[in-house]
Amino acid sequence: MRTRAATSIAIALLIAMAAASLLILAYGQSPGHVYAVLLGHTWGDRYGLGQVLFKSTPLIFTGLAVAVAFQAGLFNIGAEGQLLVGGLAMALVGARCGGLPAPLAIGLCLAAGALAGAALGALPGWLRARFGAHEVINTIMLNFIAQALALWLGRRFFFVEQTVHTPAIADCARLPALGLAGSAASVGFALALLAAIAVHGLMRHTRLGFELRALGQSATAAAAGGVAIGRAIVVAMALSGGLAGLVGAGTVLGYKGYYEEGIASGSGFMGIAVALLGRNRPLWIVPAALLFGTLAHGGLAVNALVPKEIVEVIQAIVILAIAASSSDLQRLAAQGQR
Amino acid sequence: MELLGLAFALQVLRISVPYALAAMGGTLSERSGVVNLALEGMLLGGAFSATVGSFYGGAAAGVVAGAFGGLLVAALYAWVVLRFGADQIVAGVAINLLALGATRYLLKLIFDSASSSPSVPGFDGAGWAGLFIALTALCVVAIHGWLMLTPGGLRLRAVGDQPAAAHSLGVDVLAVRWRAVLAAGVLAGLGGAWLALDNHGFVDRMSGGRGYIAIAAMIFGRWQPLTATAACLLFGLADALQLNLQTTTTLLPREWVQMLPYVLTMVALVGVAGRSRPPAALGTPFGR
Repeated sequence: MRTRAATSIAIALLIAMAAASLLILAYGQSPGHVYAVLLGHTWGDRYGLGQVLFKSTPLIFTGLAVAVAFQAGLFNIGAEGQLLVGGLAMALVGARCGGLPAPLAIGLCLAAGALAGAALGALPGWLRARFGAHEVINTIMLNFIAQALALWLGRRFFFVEQTVHTPAIADCARLPALGLAGSAASVGFALALLAAIAVHGLMRHTRLGFELRALGQSATAAAAGGVAIGRAIVVAMALSGGLAGLVGAGTVLGYKGYYEEGIASGSGFMGIAVALLGRNRPLWIVPAALLFGTLAHGGLAVNALVPKEIVEVIQAIVILAIAASSSDLQRLAAQGQR
Repeated sequence: MELLGLAFALQVLRISVPYALAAMGGTLSERSGVVNLALEGMLLGGAFSATVGSFYGGAAAGVVAGAFGGLLVAALYAWVVLRFGADQIVAGVAINLLALGATRYLLKLIFDSASSSPSVPGFDGAGWAGLFIALTALCVVAIHGWLMLTPGGLRLRAVGDQPAAAHSLGVDVLAVRWRAVLAAGVLAGLGGAWLALDNHGFVDRMSGGRGYIAIAAMIFGRWQPLTATAACLLFGLADALQLNLQTTTTLLPREWVQMLPYVLTMVALVGVAGRSRPPAALGTPFGR
């Protein structure tokens, strides 16, 4: 089982690399040279490394979000909207934290982000539990609704005049930079690592984690074993949404210092790829996110040679190839139709 | 502003064309048991190839190329999902990301631009657009008739509801699903061609969530071609209102109007859960 999973991931990465090489050749460049530049500008110097960590931070959170739902047999495509309301909530609380001790201010901001994301995640969970409405469609719909709602709220109440961003958060709510040659990496990355460890502990070593995994294995069996199915579905989706709501730790608290229209957009969908590549295991999410973070920053680094869009193509191919070769997923897919 | 005028009605129709074509594709695909989130990517692929076709061979070539582009995206989706049994939701999302990245890459490769193609021949004058709208309407009626009234349509619905039973009666489940997904690609590709040719060129991300709106309309229309098209017209009406209200009044914030189709779909999903169900085998792979 484990070796099959490893093989399917290795094959997926090879296919993606072959496709990338073709696209690079089509653009008249040498794949070897492009890969060397990409590696040199990401893991080759401190600034590049910092940017990789910065780009990976949101992906760890969204990857964890998708993975938690997946382990409970649910599909959260709504991370995109959840990270957005979470980021907005963080920025709004952060702007009102002036004068508080830093740990308290940061704690309040994180809680606000997690709560907003959790609320947006819990809603489709509840609709699924109460009415049997499929969470996939509802989370997709909520992505669009959250986008329009945040824009309306911002324009009507919060954005600084003539801009699409909120006022700056108080200095005490800012997460310190990691000091990697002026890169955007902040303590937010460390928080993402902590989240991965916490989720690992929760899923492996607590009653709640056991119940959620039981739900993912078989709802009927879980119910027979005494799990309150409806409640577990809502909790799983809220937990998932809350993790996505923390994305702002890296972008809002650690880098920009405010919420901006479109901030971290795309991280939600990419979280699906990260979760797949990490086999839905919280600790494996981290290297998977680092790989996608490397590609994201590396794409910018090689943009002078080849279009950075090649990276988007590669990421999509990785998802397709893993989905096509993964037996685990097929089992989950079959269960999704309960 | 004259809300009930002919010009307004025409605007609603223009906006609804890609919705309706994509929703027809979605309906065929989902009635055969294959979830189709990839409509968004098929629209985008269709729009881009229509632009390339029109750039080199004029508007008519653009229409053909658009259908072909949609077909190509659909073929990749069908191959991954039907040949390898990949999760249809994951694969659909991935196809959409792929279409987004690939069209941008090709935009740079072919037109050397990061955001839009040069202006290409499109639908000039009322003739072309009118013909396209009329053909779309005809297409909707034909698909409804075929799906609901003919043996072929019955087979497709059987494959979506009871694949094992259909298989035991000698229906080739996978072949039916392949055809349904490819047809969805052609239809959504034509929808994309409309977008590009109506706009006289391709713009990055020009599908703008229309594939998801089409899925919403299909669900709102309970997986039936005629009612799904009615939902498309409703959503098109909301769009047109938004475009006009934006310039004239502040009666309703435009973001609220933007939300409308999505909120309606959620309400519909909850409301119809008891009365109307998706095809029973939707999303379930079928092994030979």
